[in-house]
Amino acid sequence: MASVPEKARCVIIGAGIVGNSLAYHLAELGWTDIVQLDKGPLPNPGGSTGHASNFIFPVDHSREMTDITLESMRQYKELGVFTESGGFEVARTEERMEELRRRMSSAKAWGIEAELVDPDFVVEKVPFLDKDVIVGAFWTPSVGVVDSLRAGTIMRERAQEKGALTVVSNVEVTDLEVVDGRIAAVVTDAGRIEAETVVVCCGVWSPKIARMAGARIPLTPAVHQMISAGPYEVLADRPGEISFPIVRDMDTLCYERQHGSDMEVGSYAHRPILHDPEEIPSNEQAKLSPTEMPFTEEDFELQLEQALELMPELLGDERGTVRYAINGLLSQTADGFPILGETPEVKGLWSAAAIWIKEGPGTAKLVAEWMTHGNPSIDISHSDICRFYPHQRTRDHVRARTSEAFNKTYGIVHPGEQSESVRGVRLAPMHASQRDLGAVFYEAAGWERPHWYASNENLLEKFSDDQLMRREHEWDARWWSPIINAEHLQMREAGAVIDLSAFAIFDIVGPKALEAVQQICVAQMDVKVGRVVYTPVLDSRGGFRSDLTVMRLAHDQFRVVTGGAHGMVDKKWFADHLPQGAALVDVTSAYTTIGLWGPKARTVLESLTRADVSPQGFPFGTCREIEVGDLGVLASRISYVGEYGWELYVPMEAGAALWERLLKAGKEHGVIPAGIGVYATTGRIEKAYRAFGAELDAERTLSETGMRRKKYKDADFIGKDAILAQEGEEPKAVLCSLTVDDHTSASGVKRYMLGGEPLFTRDGTQLTDGHGHHPYVTSAGSAPSLGKHMLMAFLPPEQARVGTELAVSFMEELYPVTVVSADATAPFDPDNDRIKGK
Amino acid sequence: MTDVLVCVKRVPDASGEVVLTPDGSRVDGRYAGYTMSAHEECAVEIGVKVAEATGGAVTVLTLGDEDSVEQLRAALSVGAAEAVRVDADADAYGPADVAREIAAVVTTRAGAGKDYDLVLLGNDAADTGDFQVGIRLAYALDRPVVTGVQRLEVSEGTATMQVDNPEGTEIYEVALPAVATVLEGGVSPRYPSITGKIKAKKAPLETVEPSAAPAGSGRQALRVPPPPPTQVEILGEGPAAAPRLVEVLTQLGAGR
Amino acid sequence: MSAVVVLIEIEHDGDASRVSLVSREALTFARGLGDPVYALVLGPTSPGVVEDCREQGVAAIFECPDEELSAYSGAAWAVALGAVVDAAGDVAAVVAGGTAHGNEVLAHLAARRDLPMAANVVGLVGSEPFEVERQVVGGSAIERTLLAGGTPVVSVAGHAVDPEPAPTPGGAAVLPFSAPIEEKDLRARVVRSQTRDGGDTSGLTSARIIVGAGRGAGGPDGFESVDALAARLGGAVGVSRVVTSLGWRPHHEQVGQTGSRVSPDVYIACGISGSIQHWAGMSSSKTIIAVNTDAEAPMVTKANYAVVGDMHEVLPAVLEQLGPR
Repeated sequence: MASVPEKARCVIIGAGIVGNSLAYHLAELGWTDIVQLDKGPLPNPGGSTGHASNFIFPVDHSREMTDITLESMRQYKELGVFTESGGFEVARTEERMEELRRRMSSAKAWGIEAELVDPDFVVEKVPFLDKDVIVGAFWTPSVGVVDSLRAGTIMRERAQEKGALTVVSNVEVTDLEVVDGRIAAVVTDAGRIEAETVVVCCGVWSPKIARMAGARIPLTPAVHQMISAGPYEVLADRPGEISFPIVRDMDTLCYERQHGSDMEVGSYAHRPILHDPEEIPSNEQAKLSPTEMPFTEEDFELQLEQALELMPELLGDERGTVRYAINGLLSQTADGFPILGETPEVKGLWSAAAIWIKEGPGTAKLVAEWMTHGNPSIDISHSDICRFYPHQRTRDHVRARTSEAFNKTYGIVHPGEQSESVRGVRLAPMHASQRDLGAVFYEAAGWERPHWYASNENLLEKFSDDQLMRREHEWDARWWSPIINAEHLQMREAGAVIDLSAFAIFDIVGPKALEAVQQICVAQMDVKVGRVVYTPVLDSRGGFRSDLTVMRLAHDQFRVVTGGAHGMVDKKWFADHLPQGAALVDVTSAYTTIGLWGPKARTVLESLTRADVSPQGFPFGTCREIEVGDLGVLASRISYVGEYGWELYVPMEAGAALWERLLKAGKEHGVIPAGIGVYATTGRIEKAYRAFGAELDAERTLSETGMRRKKYKDADFIGKDAILAQEGEEPKAVLCSLTVDDHTSASGVKRYMLGGEPLFTRDGTQLTDGHGHHPYVTSAGSAPSLGKHMLMAFLPPEQARVGTELAVSFMEELYPVTVVSADATAPFDPDNDRIKGK
Repeated sequence: MTDVLVCVKRVPDASGEVVLTPDGSRVDGRYAGYTMSAHEECAVEIGVKVAEATGGAVTVLTLGDEDSVEQLRAALSVGAAEAVRVDADADAYGPADVAREIAAVVTTRAGAGKDYDLVLLGNDAADTGDFQVGIRLAYALDRPVVTGVQRLEVSEGTATMQVDNPEGTEIYEVALPAVATVLEGGVSPRYPSITGKIKAKKAPLETVEPSAAPAGSGRQALRVPPPPPTQVEILGEGPAAAPRLVEVLTQLGAGR
Repeated sequence: MSAVVVLIEIEHDGDASRVSLVSREALTFARGLGDPVYALVLGPTSPGVVEDCREQGVAAIFECPDEELSAYSGAAWAVALGAVVDAAGDVAAVVAGGTAHGNEVLAHLAARRDLPMAANVVGLVGSEPFEVERQVVGGSAIERTLLAGGTPVVSVAGHAVDPEPAPTPGGAAVLPFSAPIEEKDLRARVVRSQTRDGGDTSGLTSARIIVGAGRGAGGPDGFESVDALAARLGGAVGVSRVVTSLGWRPHHEQVGQTGSRVSPDVYIACGISGSIQHWAGMSSSKTIIAVNTDAEAPMVTKANYAVVGDMHEVLPAVLEQLGPR
C-alpha cells in the first residue's frame, strides 16, 4: 500500500500535465522536498490530460496566451513529444472568412507563420475534404500534436532524477489543514504531510480540493464531446500517428484530427453540459476514467452529419466504425482564462487550474517562477486567482458565464462583446437615474456602468460627421456608438459628470501605513496630508503591477483608488506587502465616486459649495473634504480625461443625491452625463494616458512606457534596483501614439481599428523590437477633439519618432498611420492647460 | 428468409464500481453510463448475421422508457432494420411480465404478416440476472428454446446452435420457429460506422403500449456489499520472490 | 413440514462420479427450507452419488434413467423435475445449483407451471413470506426479493453456501421413475457434444486451485507457464474477460461477471488488473495471490499476497522452485 512522507516543502496535488510540468519546473528552479500526489494511477490518473485531443493551434487573440502557448510548444519539442502536422481553420461562410482575416492580424502581430488560403490549397493537403463545402481557410503550418502523458512522465522523472521529487499515486487527499490563515498540512488516506506550500493542480477536481481549505477555485467541469472512428484506409496508408493536417471546422464548432488510422471528431457545438466537481466519479466508478463520461448520442447527431458533409468519402467509409465516444470533461472558467496564483483565502495554498494542454508546460513554468521569486516572466495578470470579486466566485455565476461562453470556443467573438448572463449584480447608487437617461450599460467587475447615454443622442446633430467619426462597417460599429464621441466633444466644450462607482478603494492604515505605501509605490508617498499621488506599482524586476492613485488622508491613512477590473489583484498585492503595523481596509462598497470635468466644472461645483474650488484655492493633485450642500464630499483634483475637475467621493448611500445635484446644476451649462466610452477610451487616448492591462503590464518598464522619472525618491521601493539599473539602458521598445491617416479600404469602406492589429512599414515590411516582438496596437479609439482615430503601440526605437510613417494591418489590408507622440506627451493639449484650469 | 427479433434491455454499465441511486432502489448509471449487456450485443450481432445470410431483417425490441431508445439506436446503427419500444418502466416489470409483452408484440405482428422465426435474447439481463425471460417467452409462444448459445446459424428452416460450458461443447439443431438466449463470447459484436449511426436516427421506430399491468419483479431492496478489508503482503519482486511464493503455496496446501 | 425438491448435477472425479460441489451447496441450502429433501438425478446414480446424498440428508433420490433424458434438454429435464414435485406432494420449494443447466431447468419449470423464480440466491431471509437474497449486477450487488403466487423456485449461487453434512444422514433411497416426456419437450436437445480434453474435468467452477491470467499474458502464446502451473498444482486455468474478448482463450475459461463464478482455496491472478468485471467472479476465493508489474493495481491491493513482477518471469521461476509433480 502507498505511504506518504511526513513533511514536504511543497505538495503538488495532481499528476496531469500541469502537476507534472510544475514539479519539473520547481525542481529546475532549485526546489527540493517536493511531494506529488494523485488519487489515480500513473501514468494516466484519469484527469482531462488522459483523453485530451492534444493538438495545439498557437494563434490566439491574446498576446500572453499566445506567448504561453509558444513556450509550451518549445517545451514539448524539447521533450521530443511534439509532432508537427499543420492545421487548417476552415470557413464555410464569408462571415467566418472575415474572422479568419482577424486571426491573420493576430498571427502577424505575434509573429506566427500563417496564411489565408483557398479551398484548393486545403484539398491538396487534406484530399478527403470536400472543397465545395468550404470557402477558404486559415493555414498555420506550425500546428502540431503532443503526447501529453509522455511529456508529463518525462518531466516527472527528470525531477525525480534530481532527487527533488517524491511521487505517490493512488493516494487521495481527504483534507487540507489550515492554521491561522496559512496552509499547514495535507491529509491523505495514506497519512498526513506537513507542508509549507501546496499547489492544487487538480483540473476539474480543483474546486473540491480547494474547498477543503476554505478556498475557492471558480471553475466548472464542462463536457466536450469527441468520438474516434476507423480504421480508414486513407489514413492507415500514411505512416505514423499523424500525417494529415488537423482541420478545425470553425462554423460547425468541430474539429477532425487523425490518430493513426482513426479520425477523431470533436465538438464544441452541443448545448453546454456542466458537471459538478463534487460529483465526478472515482476511478473505480467510472467506466473508462472519471473525465471520460458516458456519451450522450443526441448531442452529437448534428455534428456527425456535418463532419460527414465535410469529409464524405473518409467518414462515409462503412468499414470504419465508431469505437470510442465520450463526453469528455475539461475545466472552464467564466472569463476563459486559467486560475493561477496564491489563493486570497489561504497563504501558501496555490492554484494552477483550468489550464489546457496547449498552455500546460508554459503556464507551469510561470507559476514556478511566481512561487520562487514572485515574478512570472510573462504577464499573467488576466489569470490571477485574485481577480474575482465575491459574486464571480459563486457557483451560479461560473456556470452561467461558462454556459454562455462554451459555444463561443470557436466562435466569432467581438473584442467589445458583452456577456448576457448574470447581469445586474452590482448597481451604482444612481442606477435608476442612469436608466432614466437611457444609459447603455456595459459590465465591468460585475458593475453595470453606462457606456454612453441615449439621452445624449441629440448631440449627434450638434457635431459634424468628421468629428463624430461614424463607423460604416458593421463589425467596427458593433458595441460602439457615435454618441460616445458626441459626449466627448460636449465634455471638452462644457463638461461631463461620470459615474465611477466601479473603482476599487482600500485604505492602508496604522502606524506603519506610510512605510507600507512607500515600499509599494514608486512615487514619493511621504507627502502632506491632502495630497493625491498618481503612481505606478512595480514588481521586483521593474515590470508594472498596477497604476493607481493614492490620497493621504491622515498621517496614518492612505486611500488607494484603482480600476475595478484589476482591483482585487491590487488589493492582494498591497495586502501581501504590508509590514507589521499596517493594515488594509477595503472600502470599495463604502464609497462611490463621481467625476466632474470640463471647462464648466468649476462653475458647476462653485454653485453647489462654498469651498474655494479655483485653481489657486484647490491645487491640482490635492484632496480635501468639502460640503456640497448637506453632503460631505471628499474632492480630489485629478483627471483621467485631461480636463479641469475632480473625482468626488461620497458614502455609497449619498451617491444618488450628489449625482442628481451635479446633473441639475450642470444642465444650464451644457454639462452632461457621460459614459465609460469617454472615460476609458476617448478621453484618455487623446492624452496618451496609459491603461493597465493594455499598455502597462509586468513585461513593460517605466523606460519603455515613457514614464521614467527624473529623480526617484531616496526611500526604497519594490523594483527600485531594477529601474535604476535600467536607467542607463536604451529601451528595447518605445510606447507611441499614432493617428490613422486614411481609413478607406480597398472596397471604399472606411474601417476603424479596434486593437491588437499588427503594424508594419508603409510597404508592408515586418518590424521587430528589441525583445524580438512585432509591434501591435495596444489601444485604439476615437480622438474626437483631434478628429482622428488614434492607436497606441510599442514600436522599435528606430521608428519611435514623431512623424514616422507606418501602416496598420486591419482585416488583411494596410492603412497608413503616423506617429504623433513618442513618449507620454499628449497629442491633445500637450501642456495640460485644461487640467491646470487655464 | 428469416426475420429475427432481438430483445434488448437498457442497463447501467456495470464494469465499474456499482453505485446505487440515493433511495437505494436501483443501480445508478450516472457515472458509468448505460448500455445493453454484452450478451445482447452478441445477440444483435448474431441476428444481423442470420438476417444477412438468409435475406431477412432484424427488428430490435426493448421494454423501457424513452431513454432506452438509445439502446435501440445502438442496435439500429449496426444493422437492425427497425425498432419497437414497449413504453414501460422496466424496473416495475418482472421476467414473466416482460415475456408476456414480448409475446404480445410477436403475436400482433404475426397477425399483420410479419413472422419472427427466430427470437434472440441475452442469456440474462446484466442488472437483474433472472435467467427467465427467454424461457418464459418460449412457452408463451409455444416454441423450443436453447439458452447460453454462443454461435448460431440458420439453414433451411433449422437453427444450429452451439453452447460452450466448462464441461465441453453442446450442439443443438432446432427447427424454426425458435427462441434462443445468447451468451457472449462466440461472436464479436461489430461497432457502428458513421453512416450507420446517421441511418439509425432515421430508421422506423414504433412505440406500443404494454398489453397488461405488470405483476412486478418482487424486488424489495438492493444493497452493495462492502468490499472486505484486506492487507496485502508483498512477497517480493520478480523471479527472486519465487521461493517465498512457493512457501506460501505449501502452507496453503497447494504446493505439493 | 413441506418437502424440498432439489435437482442435482453430477461431476466426474476420475472414474468416480459424485454430486457436484454446487449441488451439495444447494442441498445444504435446501435443508433450511423444508423437510424431507428429495433429490432428482437425470442419469444413473453411483455409490458416490448416493453417499454424498446420504451425507447431505437426502431422504430419497429420484433417478430418471430414461433414454430420452440422456442428452440434455432443458424442457425435458423440467418435465422430470415437475413429475418429482407432483410425487412429493406438499412442496415448500424447488432448488438447484445456479449453473447453466440448473438455471435453465428451473426456468422451464417456472414457466410451465407459472411459478415465481429467483436465480443465484445467496441466503434465505424468511419463509412466510418467502424472501431470499440473491446476486444481481453480475454478482456486484445483492437484492432482497419476495417470491409469491406459487411454489418458489430458486437456484443457489455457487460458493454462497458452505456445503455442510446434515446433522443426521438421510436415507437416500434410490427411486427410479419415468418422466412423462412428450415429443415437443425434445424439440431443443443436444444432438452432439464434446467434452473438454485435458485430463481433469473437475471443472473451473469447482477447482480448488485456479491460476488466472489477464492482459499481462500478452497474447494467445503467453499462457504456457500459466497452463503449466495450473497442471503442476492440479488446478484449473481461468482468464479475465479481456483475454476472451481478444480471442486469446475460449469463453468457458472466463471468470467474471459474464463468465464463471469461482471460489477456490487459492486463486493466483497473473497479469490481471482486478477490474470489477473480474473481481466479481473470484472475490470469494479463500486466498488470493497476485502477480503483477503494477504494485498499485486493484488486484494487488486487494489480494492476500502479491509478487510485484512480470508473470512471464515469475511463473517459470515458481515452476522451477516447485520441481516436478
